[in-house]
Amino acid sequence: MSTLTNKAPTRASAAKPPRQPRTKPERPIWDEEPGAAAKAGKIVVLAVVVLAVLGPLYTIVLTSISSQATITQAGGLVLVPGEISFAAYQQILSGGVVTRAVLVSVGVTATGTALSMVVSILCAYGLSRPGSFAHTPILFTLLITMFFSAGIIPAYLLVSGLGLINTYWALILPSCISVFNIIILRGFFMGIDRGILDSARIDGASEWRTLTQIVLPMSKAVTAVIALFYGVGYWNAFFNAILYINDSSMNPLQVVLRSYVLQGVSVPGQVDVGTGAAAGPALQMAVIVLAMIPILIVYPFVQKHFTKGVMIGAVKG
Amino acid sequence: MSTGTERKAPALRPKANLRLRFNRDRSLVFMALPAVILLAVFAYLPMLGNVVAFQDYSPYVGIPDSPWVGMDNFARVLADPDFWLAVKNTLVITAFQLVFFFPIPIALAMLLNSLVNPRLRAAIQAVVYLPHFFSWVLVVSVFQQIFGGAGLLNQSLRANGWQAVDIMTNPDTFLFLLTSQAVWKDAGWGIIVFLAALSAIDPAQYEAAAVDGAGRWKRMWHVTLPGLRSVIVLLLILRLGDSLTVGFEQMILQRDAVGAEASEVLDTFVYYTGVQNGDWSYAAAAGLIKGLVSLALILTANKVAHIFGESGVYSK
Repeated sequence: MSTLTNKAPTRASAAKPPRQPRTKPERPIWDEEPGAAAKAGKIVVLAVVVLAVLGPLYTIVLTSISSQATITQAGGLVLVPGEISFAAYQQILSGGVVTRAVLVSVGVTATGTALSMVVSILCAYGLSRPGSFAHTPILFTLLITMFFSAGIIPAYLLVSGLGLINTYWALILPSCISVFNIIILRGFFMGIDRGILDSARIDGASEWRTLTQIVLPMSKAVTAVIALFYGVGYWNAFFNAILYINDSSMNPLQVVLRSYVLQGVSVPGQVDVGTGAAAGPALQMAVIVLAMIPILIVYPFVQKHFTKGVMIGAVKG
Repeated sequence: MSTGTERKAPALRPKANLRLRFNRDRSLVFMALPAVILLAVFAYLPMLGNVVAFQDYSPYVGIPDSPWVGMDNFARVLADPDFWLAVKNTLVITAFQLVFFFPIPIALAMLLNSLVNPRLRAAIQAVVYLPHFFSWVLVVSVFQQIFGGAGLLNQSLRANGWQAVDIMTNPDTFLFLLTSQAVWKDAGWGIIVFLAALSAIDPAQYEAAAVDGAGRWKRMWHVTLPGLRSVIVLLLILRLGDSLTVGFEQMILQRDAVGAEASEVLDTFVYYTGVQNGDWSYAAAAGLIKGLVSLALILTANKVAHIFGESGVYSK
């Protein structure tokens, strides 16, 4: 009883939704209009920045969907759209090394992200109430790993000792939890109005039920951001794969991308140009595009939550 | 309600005895358990595995039966010119990026913050954050397609009758290449913290400064930068603590192109001597030196921040 009456108000006030970021629909009166030169300078800098990001992506995507003739005419990368052809994609996705690598990467990313999210959400919620049993020791156990990491050699020896070399688990378990992500989630959970949680408990809800039916539905934005972080981590993982996977048929897409684009291995089908197959550059670009497609698809939906999701955790953590 | 613990707002009664508290918080503890187990296995167990640094470890006999050699491996590492080359490269890259990478997100954030139109601002943010989510393999591949021997740049140079330039395989300019790649990938993402700090500055401060006659630049110097100070210090500490960790995947990916001389850093040294050449104990010793020095660096940097009155990474 005393817990409730004493703590509820302080908790509630501490858990107020964070102040909205300052929006400036128009220039305040005290702020003078910048001169023409300053304005032009700003526009140029920002245009260069945006172009530096989007330009390379544009030409790579365009080349991947250009026909052999257009690529030959352009002399390599295509800047002006010509004849469009999806031959490169048909070729690499109709079975073979790239297709298998895509399946491996999709499988590892889906399984890994699901596992990471379950473990991280549970842990973050379990640690979201300072003063609970073993709260501080557990939190410290987590935080210490952010300051000292064991190193590559012992990590390899462990994974090999556990018999995980050449298994997909080697791509998932060692990188399954990120303490940083847990801290962000925890920060968000701690900000949830304590009164809501208390009333759930009074109504007889267990912690599990409170988490799944009250806390999680309130935390969609932050969980989406964290799921993106984990998913991107698994999708992009490269070093774990070359460290733990020796069987080339198990290689994820990043490793295959490296061998085709950076190590000059020929993409299968590239040699028989005479048969109307896609051009070498188009095949390379298509592999690059495959490696970024999932990110390009998910990114726009999650992107708008970044500031909210990331910053709350960072501030409260 | 003052109790044994010093927490300002204890969420639960700390006085209740352990058994009661355990019964009350059982579910919370169980929830945290899977993560703790994973960390115990994949983060703490390997810390113990560092004992191989004091052995002449052989994978065929295992840790228990490998002979102990004391500090021999450390002595060998410290006498190895290749190790010192890796140290030198690592520190040079860190120093270079501190100067040519670190300030870019700050400048970019202030520039974005000065945009009046919120939709334009959001659109630019969305674009510049994007490359952060690409893998290093992808980033290096993109650079290869634009700046490589057969890339877009050389293609247009040749088309106009100029000499092609060697960017991707030139060890002399590798430092610039490395930093450009890092900037392309992460400078945009870096602005997110600074933007948040900027939005926390009270607009009344700007107004007051403007009323007192401070112009655009004076307001930036006296209002904006002080508002960013604690975030800058925090990130500087983290970066300094990470001094010995630079672009590991970047190096592995480009080692064949530029050679080990330019691309050997501490992490790659450990990887190639250990995993590739099978000199496990030797590499573990080098890795352990790196880990301990990194730990010392971050603790020192944090201490220095405290001396200057900043809160740092952790308090107390």
